[in-house]
Amino acid sequence: MALDTVKHAQENPDAAQPYKELGLKDDEYASIKEILGRRPTSSELAMYSVMWSEHCSYKSSKIHLKQFGEKAVMSDALLVGIGENAGVVDVGQGYAVTFKIESHNHPSYIEPYQGAATGVGGIVRDILTMGARPIAVMDPLRFGNPENPDTRRVLPGIVSGIGGYGNCLGLPNIGGEIVFDDTYQGNPLVNALCVGVMKHADIKLATAHGAGNLVVLFGAKTGGDGIGGVSVLASETFSDSKPTKRPAVQVGDPFAEKVLIECSLEIFKEDLVVGIQDLGGAGLSCATSELASAGSGGMDIRLETVPLRDPSLSPEEILMSESQERMCAIIEPSKLKRFMQICKKWDVTATVIGEVTTGTRLNITFNGELIVDVPPRTVAHDGPVYNRPIAKPKYLESLKPVSVPLPSTPDEIKAAVLKLMAAPNLADKSWVTNQYDRYVQGNTVLSQPEDSGVIRIDTNTNLGVAISTDANARWSYLNPYEGAKLALLESCRNIATNGAKPLAVTNCLNFGSPEDPEVMWQFSETVRGLADACLELGLPVTGGNVSFYNQTGTVAILPTPVIGVLGVVDDVTKRTPMGIKPNQDIYIIGNVDDNFSGSEWAHINGKQIGDRSPVADLDMEQRLVKLLLEGQPLFEAAHDISNGGFAASISEMVMRTNVGATITLEGNVAAELLAETPGRVVVAINESNTNAITALAGKYQIPVRRVGSTGGNSLTINGGAISIDELREANTGVLEALFG
Amino acid sequence: MRIGVVTFPGSLDDRSALRAIELAGGVAVPLFHGENDLKEVQAVVLPGGFSYGDYLRCGAISRFSPIMESIILAAEHGFPVLGICNGFQILCESHLLPGALTRNADLHFICADQKVSVENTNTPWTRGYAQGQEIVIPIKNGEGSFQCSDETLKELEDEGRVVLRYVGKNPNGSRNLIAGISNKRGNVVGVMPHPEQAIENLTGPSEDGLMFFSSILKELVG
Repeated sequence: MALDTVKHAQENPDAAQPYKELGLKDDEYASIKEILGRRPTSSELAMYSVMWSEHCSYKSSKIHLKQFGEKAVMSDALLVGIGENAGVVDVGQGYAVTFKIESHNHPSYIEPYQGAATGVGGIVRDILTMGARPIAVMDPLRFGNPENPDTRRVLPGIVSGIGGYGNCLGLPNIGGEIVFDDTYQGNPLVNALCVGVMKHADIKLATAHGAGNLVVLFGAKTGGDGIGGVSVLASETFSDSKPTKRPAVQVGDPFAEKVLIECSLEIFKEDLVVGIQDLGGAGLSCATSELASAGSGGMDIRLETVPLRDPSLSPEEILMSESQERMCAIIEPSKLKRFMQICKKWDVTATVIGEVTTGTRLNITFNGELIVDVPPRTVAHDGPVYNRPIAKPKYLESLKPVSVPLPSTPDEIKAAVLKLMAAPNLADKSWVTNQYDRYVQGNTVLSQPEDSGVIRIDTNTNLGVAISTDANARWSYLNPYEGAKLALLESCRNIATNGAKPLAVTNCLNFGSPEDPEVMWQFSETVRGLADACLELGLPVTGGNVSFYNQTGTVAILPTPVIGVLGVVDDVTKRTPMGIKPNQDIYIIGNVDDNFSGSEWAHINGKQIGDRSPVADLDMEQRLVKLLLEGQPLFEAAHDISNGGFAASISEMVMRTNVGATITLEGNVAAELLAETPGRVVVAINESNTNAITALAGKYQIPVRRVGSTGGNSLTINGGAISIDELREANTGVLEALFG
Repeated sequence: MRIGVVTFPGSLDDRSALRAIELAGGVAVPLFHGENDLKEVQAVVLPGGFSYGDYLRCGAISRFSPIMESIILAAEHGFPVLGICNGFQILCESHLLPGALTRNADLHFICADQKVSVENTNTPWTRGYAQGQEIVIPIKNGEGSFQCSDETLKELEDEGRVVLRYVGKNPNGSRNLIAGISNKRGNVVGVMPHPEQAIENLTGPSEDGLMFFSSILKELVG
């Protein structure tokens, strides 16, 4: 069949088009026709269908997400806000840091290795696109039942994919999470965070300004991977022989990306680009329409000039291909020669594919024939917006209180701690994290299993950044408004525990189907909670990602808002790690209550979830962060109390440095040991600082209690003695046995 | 004293190696794979990473780069060369060192704080260590299992050319726990562990790796 040109579309207005197969609704197709004043060509249809998809257009989430802008505090630290590839914050000394988290859930379920690998690749390009050198990655992961054979299919592949790609890029992997819950069985969550650093003057934006400037595609050649649904169009227009087996999941080439990073950074250093955009979801469709939409004029693209790996690709497929490791730059003609020299140095293919025009349209030709003629904004930004129905979930009416064993004797306490620390959610994660390079680049100050990842960004001044990601999906299930706030607070607390001042927030909101009103309620409550908390804490949301349709049949995943917080450490040599040394006093900062809902203890005792989430105490948590930062010189070691309660925190501190501790808990011993009441931290101090910590507690009105001291070869809690060897025996080898 | 660090496409620890040389008091000179000019350096480090993505075989493509022609020629005349991780692999592919690095026994990438003993202090890169000294430096590789023929193994052992040996459990299946070796003359050394990532207590497991760089600088001063 002939090329479906604009002329052809005008002459054949009633030709049937497979818009439904491409995921467009009747009214969406009608509005495309209204925008264009005719039916779209097949190439235009391909572009609109993918750019108006949930993934690219945020059509179900947009009306909620705007709260992040409306409720935002004015932050001097924010240099680039939501809307660009990633937000940028000022961390002082002329440095700017950009960070963002994204999901790659569905591809990772289908093809674990490549799905996870390209998830890393995509977020790294987002960071690079801002003009920054990527300096670290983190990967919060969620899996189904660890005993389920499919988890054994998915987890090792995902871990290898993250390592295989990230290690080859030379990016230290400094943290993340691994959480198991049955609801993720058919929908594992693979979220990937990247952080990058640059000088203020080097920030780049995705914009196409200046008529006559050139559009240059550089990086890998375009192939048939990641075309997905658009194959419907291809089969309509081309019936004859072409490769039939094409992966719907993109295939990553980390070496190509590593070279692309070095090449791009050298190009940035010489200030050779006007604007830049990476090619990720929706490939060239997205890059050209977004660049043109954010610019001042139009854009002409000659599609036949795009270098192809597979010469049989149709124009629609070239526009849609999600082949990895590609970037699109806008450059002034006078800088083309130097630009090409640098690309040649790095053996990176670079091709002029078009130019910025004085017009207002994005025009794409294929061998001289006009196949796309659209206002770019209608593709990139003016997609449909839905206010989807919301309904408070029925399950909230039938929640049951938790009924768990409450250990009190020495033997019961010992058994409880050993059982807890052997649970997959609390077991030692080094089988996974040892597959990631944490040392490369030579600036990793803290990495997993510490509370946050800390990276030095200046070797002379010791300025650094800390990042943590957190979610407590069970609390979000019980109360998504509080759950989102609590995840934010935990992330803040984690970085403050290591000595960093919270500065900015990113998020990856993983939910079920937005077409389910109950899921949509969870989502809207989550966004409201996060926006409210950010406003009160004075933290800007710099960007994020929404992943919907994480459900199998009618069963949605637990609502899982993963919140990342970035903070500044003025002097990384003063960071507080979690490992204790002998002859220190152990204190618990903060008060416990007796709510076991959503706790790991409830989960390992019959998979109970309980009936009420804790309520976030923003005022107290802010005082706690101040206390942690002011008290940092006093703390020899510090560790947040979260999953697994105090029992897990003290066990991890003991195992980190192989130094024992003797603890005496009073009052409600089971709750002190196992409840996960937020807003608490364990610290170790030298006895000489007893008065200082008491004074600090008074100043910030936060209770502080001495619960024991360090030393010896065992962890002894209220007389229940566990040798460090016993503890380690229970805690290590669990994941290796399951997945090794 | 000028020491070069070669950047191949896909090198990752090149900047860390440059920094290690500077911390040890030397002048660090970046070298690029596509040029054959050694820029008057007096020794060279081939850094870790995934040059050419480890495609084909680790180091198999890099050995043909213009800079390697110059390095191979110079090494045969006693020019000091240290290959770290991927650099070690390149040296084996270049036949400056015998044997080969193959996939780790458990088939996983392994990042760990590794205890090794310095078995040969008679190289310009290790002279500052004590014979048998145990040091902790990171390993981080997917293909670090040292393999060679029985004959080569005997030769390496008999001639005292094992430079580093893993202490404790064999992390990757290397023959005789070998973590690093030298050529006959001793000027060319290849090690799988990363001394350049153990130069500051702040960012590494120890400062044990710095002596590689201090040793060569002392050697060059004479």
